[in-house]
Amino acid sequence: MSPVIDIRNLSARTAAGPILRDVSLPVNAGEVMALVGESGAGKSTIAKAVLGILPAGIKVTGGNIFFEGADLLALTPAGLRELLGVRIALIPQDPLTSLNPARRIGDQLTDGLRLRAGMNFRAAWDKALGLLNDVHIREPEQVLKRYPHELSGGMRQRVLIAQAFSLNPHVIIADEPTTALDVTVQKQVLRLIRDMQRERKTTLLFVTHDLGVVAQICDRMTVLYGGKVLEQGATAEILRNPRSPYTKALLAASPRYDQPEQSLKPVPEALIAELKREIGA
Amino acid sequence: MPRDPRIWLGGGFILFLALAAIFAPLLAPFDPLEQDLMAATAAPGAEPGHWLGTDSLGRDLLSRLIHGTRIALTVAFVAATLACLLGTTLGLLAGYYRGWVDAGVSRLIDIWMAFPPVLLSILLVAVLGAGLTSVIAAIVVIDWTRFARVVRAETLQQARLEYAEAASALGMGRGAILWREVLPNVLPVVLVLLSLEMGIAVIVEAILSFVGLSVSTDTPTWGGMIAEGRQIIYQAWWVLVFPLGALFLTVLAFNQLGDGLRQWLDPILKR
Repeated sequence: MSPVIDIRNLSARTAAGPILRDVSLPVNAGEVMALVGESGAGKSTIAKAVLGILPAGIKVTGGNIFFEGADLLALTPAGLRELLGVRIALIPQDPLTSLNPARRIGDQLTDGLRLRAGMNFRAAWDKALGLLNDVHIREPEQVLKRYPHELSGGMRQRVLIAQAFSLNPHVIIADEPTTALDVTVQKQVLRLIRDMQRERKTTLLFVTHDLGVVAQICDRMTVLYGGKVLEQGATAEILRNPRSPYTKALLAASPRYDQPEQSLKPVPEALIAELKREIGA
Repeated sequence: MPRDPRIWLGGGFILFLALAAIFAPLLAPFDPLEQDLMAATAAPGAEPGHWLGTDSLGRDLLSRLIHGTRIALTVAFVAATLACLLGTTLGLLAGYYRGWVDAGVSRLIDIWMAFPPVLLSILLVAVLGAGLTSVIAAIVVIDWTRFARVVRAETLQQARLEYAEAASALGMGRGAILWREVLPNVLPVVLVLLSLEMGIAVIVEAILSFVGLSVSTDTPTWGGMIAEGRQIIYQAWWVLVFPLGALFLTVLAFNQLGDGLRQWLDPILKR
């Protein structure tokens, strides 16, 4: 089976230096692929490159991003816009700032349905009610009429999840969707994303720095450091038996529920120095 | 519903003025142009019917004041709205598209702001010829920069926020994002500025009337009344004081309304 999203040898740089080095990342249909790494590893850059929303300072210097056979990087902006929202969607990182503060939830949630799927306002509103039901929001009629600041962080993230799934895209990119939420809400939101992804057989590219999250919902994972892929494979396999010393160090630095007394170890300086030498930073 | 009394008092007074302007011929006890030299410079209440007194030609001050609201409010609404449309459009484009659009608009604003506004407006009206249209044109041409500057800064900031990025990840084009996402967030600031600008427009019109560059002298204006009153201030203080008071209250009402709106529309203060 050929991958739905196939990133091949992607490189990118800023004025300060390279931030993606020859990244290859195949994501198969219906699977959840985790992109793991610390801040600055290039996780979000990859996500933004797929969506064509790279900040002005970042230039792609090589490689391809194939989506169902077509190279996204070769598309015109208009051609890419055709796909965005409809076949590739985003669950953004920060639910507090990713909703427009000046517009009602209902108006924002129906944007895609009206502008992209051509529904009239009434039909889109009804569909939005159903979507809010799907993400387990109570009293959806009331919520549609509210403004974002009237909802909790968890509810806003649910609204954004509903929006991402609204047009049944083939691929959803989740850019650290639980980082801004507190732990109890995190878990519910993760389960919701996982359930909706399974039900609709959506392919999910899940950007995160949290190995606990990866273990919970991702089938496969890719470990990045300094814009370079260190390890790629089935999540269970990598977590049980990490090959890269960096992955081992990351695991040692993550808290485990089954070992509450453990002491967390930071990633050793020597290892970081060696990694930097290896990737030439 | 806003609870701020400034919005209700300011807005209420402006509504009251608007009604006075619309129904001026019905409300005014006298023809504002009718001279009665026998009753010239009558003090308030001295002559029957002339509650606010008369000016040096015996014209009824209250009637002139009521008719004067017509010019004042017409200029306030039309000039401020046009300046707002022009300035907001340029500010949105500059703040959103940046690059050469921004460079062009920003330089234009810099050059514009280097001119002293009152002198420039007098010069403009002198060139265009006196009259209502010229007064409005002068205000628009001078004051669009107030809107353009603020709207540009606000747009720059809003367009950088994540909801704009999220909208582009939803496949919305640049124009759609500007119109549907950014504009609603800039609108509160625009409304506040619009209200303040209306107060400014009333003052500018009064200044131009004062120096005789507004509408012709057979139409009563507050600025024109102030100019007349200034000459006979020692004989008849009321000819100066009443139009001055009307001007003062009107500008105060617009400013209070603007300040009230600013707090009411602020999404952070609004809970």
